[in-house]
Amino acid sequence: MASTKPEVAAEPIVELRDVCVEFGPQRVLRNVSLQVPRGQTLAVIGESGCGKTVLLKTVLGLQPVTSGEVLFQGERLAKLDDKQLTAVRTKFGFVFQNAALFDSMSIADNVAFPLVEHRRATREEAYQLVHERLAEVGLPPGVMLKKPAELSGGMRKRVGLARALAMRPEVLLYDEPTTGLDPIMSDVINELIIRTKKKYSVTSIIVTHDMHSALKVADRLVMLFPVTRLEPDEPQIIFDGTPQEAENSRDDRVSQFVRGEAGKRIDEMDQQLQHIYDSSMGA
Amino acid sequence: MATAHTTNEPRPPRGYFRALGESVADLGDVTLHSIDALGDISLFAWRTLVWMVARMPRRDTLVASMYQIGVRSLPVVALTGTFIGMVLAVQAYHQFRGFGMETRLGTMINLSMYRELGPVLAATMLAGRVGSAIAAELGTMRITEQIDALASMGANPVQYLVVPRFLSCLLMIPSLTIMAMFMGVVGGGFYCIYILGVDAHHYLTNSQESVQTWDLFYGVFKSFFFGAAIAIISCYRGFHCAPGAEGVGRAATSSFVQSFVVILVLDLSLSILLDKLYFTLWPEALY
Repeated sequence: MASTKPEVAAEPIVELRDVCVEFGPQRVLRNVSLQVPRGQTLAVIGESGCGKTVLLKTVLGLQPVTSGEVLFQGERLAKLDDKQLTAVRTKFGFVFQNAALFDSMSIADNVAFPLVEHRRATREEAYQLVHERLAEVGLPPGVMLKKPAELSGGMRKRVGLARALAMRPEVLLYDEPTTGLDPIMSDVINELIIRTKKKYSVTSIIVTHDMHSALKVADRLVMLFPVTRLEPDEPQIIFDGTPQEAENSRDDRVSQFVRGEAGKRIDEMDQQLQHIYDSSMGA
Repeated sequence: MATAHTTNEPRPPRGYFRALGESVADLGDVTLHSIDALGDISLFAWRTLVWMVARMPRRDTLVASMYQIGVRSLPVVALTGTFIGMVLAVQAYHQFRGFGMETRLGTMINLSMYRELGPVLAATMLAGRVGSAIAAELGTMRITEQIDALASMGANPVQYLVVPRFLSCLLMIPSLTIMAMFMGVVGGGFYCIYILGVDAHHYLTNSQESVQTWDLFYGVFKSFFFGAAIAIISCYRGFHCAPGAEGVGRAATSSFVQSFVVILVLDLSLSILLDKLYFTLWPEALY
């Protein structure tokens, strides 16, 4: 645990207890337990396909869990009815991997959507707020009338962030915020994450495999490992600690990921292929 | 074949009993999947109805959807209706003429248009033009996480995306059906009177006398069910779209094929039901 800042409260705002998620015969999450204290910036790292995004979606109830519990401020999501779940979701902001902007709507309507949907503002008031939110992420008012398809990847990501910020959420969930962006724009996003955290003291959960980003923005790192390559009784979270601890970890799987080295992974992949080939020849 | 060959172990040679067993297992597998899918789609329809009652969609969303689904479909429905009416005239003319009954052609054309072809034609065009588009649009929204984004902002995707489309299909299909019927009647009449030279007075008198309000009700009543089925199937297919371009394509195709099959099954069932109802209400019509 890396509650490095003294003002961080100990009570978890988001908690997962023994969460399992299965898609048919395929198990993606196995008994994952995680507590995120209020105000913390947590980065969930791990290679592609290890279940990071699924984990993020379970937090909001977008992905149903096969077993286990997801709690927000001590309340189980599974217990809530549609109305209560909606109320909980308005306290979250979700920045999707490819921004997930509604492509039939203008940028202004996209960012205004949650405000208008929950009747927090009339359309005119909402546009005024959209103006402010877009300025926060460094976008000029000129983009308001454009459609998402007319924007670059970096701009779309920033619009996604502006939309997630629209309702002044308590928790921000980022799904691969820097993936597919150039290094400068990646760092712009990193800076925006840090700025948002300082300005609104939100809790943030960032799913990423960009170590530069994770080390820069996070107070705490958690590393997930694919279930298929774990021993039956091994926990799926193979690392939980500060970024500094991750850099000095003695676990090869962690240190190689932090340094971005293939290590024995290429040999493992060859062995897996050989195994599949052998077993199909035997059949 | 989903259950039988998941392991890589060598299989013993297939005997007669084994092959028979496997076919039974496959049949069971297909049956289970079908029941599962049917249950799932019924639940989806139920949720749509619940949300429809719980909260009406916003007016601008509903009007835009009704315009897309109803108004924009009108020209194509009118055009196909006209041609079907004329084709009926062409096909039936020589048969009727053989009996010297060509002035009765209007009865056949109009009754067919009112009771069967009007509703089925409008429904088919709606399934092809609108159903596939709904499945592709919602499918794309699903795979680009836009449906998740809706949910994450506290909007219910069923309420926001399905209810307006369902209501539009339900409310606009009667108008489309009436348009198809009307244009079929006009097309058939035009062809008989102006091209085939059937006597206009007798043609029109016979047509008027043979068709009742019940026949109009018969077609329009059926169309409500077709509209509801198209909306539910298309939205369901879109919501359960598989990833990738192939998934979206498959969602669009399967929504049309399934809608069409369901339209025909519903058509038969409702026709039997309505006939039974008619003869219960007016038993003297039997004699």
